Amino acid sequence: MHPAPSIILFTTLSGLGFGLLFWLGIDPTPPTGWVAFAFFAIAFALSLGGLAFSAGHLGRPERALKAFTQWRSSWLSREAWAAAATLIMAGLYAAPLVFVGTTFLPLGWVTGLLALATIGTTSMIYTQLKTVPRWHHASTPALFLAYALAGGALMSGRVTVAIPLLLVTGALQVWVWWDGDRRLARSGTDMNTATGLSGQVRAFEPPHTGSNYLLREMVFVVGRKHALKLRIIALVLGAALPVVLLLMPFGHWLAALAVLSHVAGVLTARWLFFAEAEHVVGLYYGKR
Amino acid sequence: MTDLPQQTQRQLGLVIDLDTCVGCHACVVSCKGWNTENYGAPLSDQQPYGADPSGTFLNRVHSYELTPETGPAQLVHFPKSCLHCADAPCVTVCPTGASYKRVEDGIVLVNESDCIGCGLCAWACPYGARELDLAEGVMKKCTLCVDRIYNENLPERDREPACVRTCPAGARHFGDLGDPDSAVSALVAERGGMDLMPEQGTRPVNKYLPPRPKDQIDEQVDILAPLLTPVAEEPKGFLGWLDRALDKL
Repeated sequence: MHPAPSIILFTTLSGLGFGLLFWLGIDPTPPTGWVAFAFFAIAFALSLGGLAFSAGHLGRPERALKAFTQWRSSWLSREAWAAAATLIMAGLYAAPLVFVGTTFLPLGWVTGLLALATIGTTSMIYTQLKTVPRWHHASTPALFLAYALAGGALMSGRVTVAIPLLLVTGALQVWVWWDGDRRLARSGTDMNTATGLSGQVRAFEPPHTGSNYLLREMVFVVGRKHALKLRIIALVLGAALPVVLLLMPFGHWLAALAVLSHVAGVLTARWLFFAEAEHVVGLYYGKR
Repeated sequence: MTDLPQQTQRQLGLVIDLDTCVGCHACVVSCKGWNTENYGAPLSDQQPYGADPSGTFLNRVHSYELTPETGPAQLVHFPKSCLHCADAPCVTVCPTGASYKRVEDGIVLVNESDCIGCGLCAWACPYGARELDLAEGVMKKCTLCVDRIYNENLPERDREPACVRTCPAGARHFGDLGDPDSAVSALVAERGGMDLMPEQGTRPVNKYLPPRPKDQIDEQVDILAPLLTPVAEEPKGFLGWLDRALDKL
């Protein structure tokens, strides 16, 4: 799949934003006043910024509101609802915290639950696609949730929670890479089932001499050359380095560095999530 | 609504004969010609005369080299367009309801004024049947020439999809595959029509007829062959002398 910057930024930033909202929501002693303002402002900036980037992937962004209509059948539509509901509830929860200093915890719990639901629906957009065997697996929502929870814990300064979550996320990511490399073969879809022909099938001539939308969008093979190096970079920046920084004596600069490193790592991992994903339509072009 | 209908009254679709297709791409051209000026937005091209031409097509013809277990390799031309699946994954993923499957005839269509161009339906399609038009920003796909097949302004023989109408080899057939007595259903039954990627669970309506087995040359069939064995092993006479003389040089 084409690793479009708009979708990578969308999933990474909104994942972090909603992850942060989850931890802010379930906090039994939430911050108030300016501290609450800062935390919620960051969470809103990340989640709304991510959603804004997702509009960059649309051919007709001016009609984006129509995406709210098909929540009964479409995960993308459900995601729109979940995101909007989370942001509204978070706003209702945050306003009294910031301006009056009063806490209404049940609203926070609802915000936390909705934040989880939003991350889940985002991941289901990819998980539902049988055409991309690497994504069509229960580990996809698990990994999206793990990244969001680890990132949220890190950003909300929960060192003791963040360290194990980062380690679990890193371990899960390694397994997903290992297992994901085998999923296309396991799916049973190959050039024989694609063409219905038995025997050895080789793509002899593509339909056109030039490229097309399908090849640009779904048959991205360029980035796989450096996949192993990028996996190591993603793991070191996303999980290992932040854990080391968190284990050092706590300081705001170290924490900020840990967050930056984590975000860079998640961006790399998300780039690989798309670039390495093989869409079965590639088989018609003799490509993986 | 992007829920799929439980069942459709008819299942209009194509039967494509891989044995007969000669790979001339006439269906590709007639499809683009008809559909760029009729239903919905035109099928745009980007840099059609430039260095990197590309464009939107609803029908594309691949060619594959098929090497059977025994016997020589053969070339199979492979036209591919929307298969109008019974369980169309492209329809249910649509967030806006722009994609739908018609109850009356099973045709999968895009309501272009509702399409936001998110591209998720193209991701959900295993066959590459949907292409986002870069000029219009909306998803384009085969309509089964819905504006021809019911069009009473056209002569009756033209009321079939442009690709079927134009195919010079008779490799494309159009009809109701939900009716077991239709000509296309009979053709599918007789020739062992098959689904593409059945494991994807899309239950495509369009069927493909596999190439017929080729004749096998089991033994020597040329009755003249025995007469073609060399008559003289060693050259004699003048040619023999010349051969020996040249060898000695």
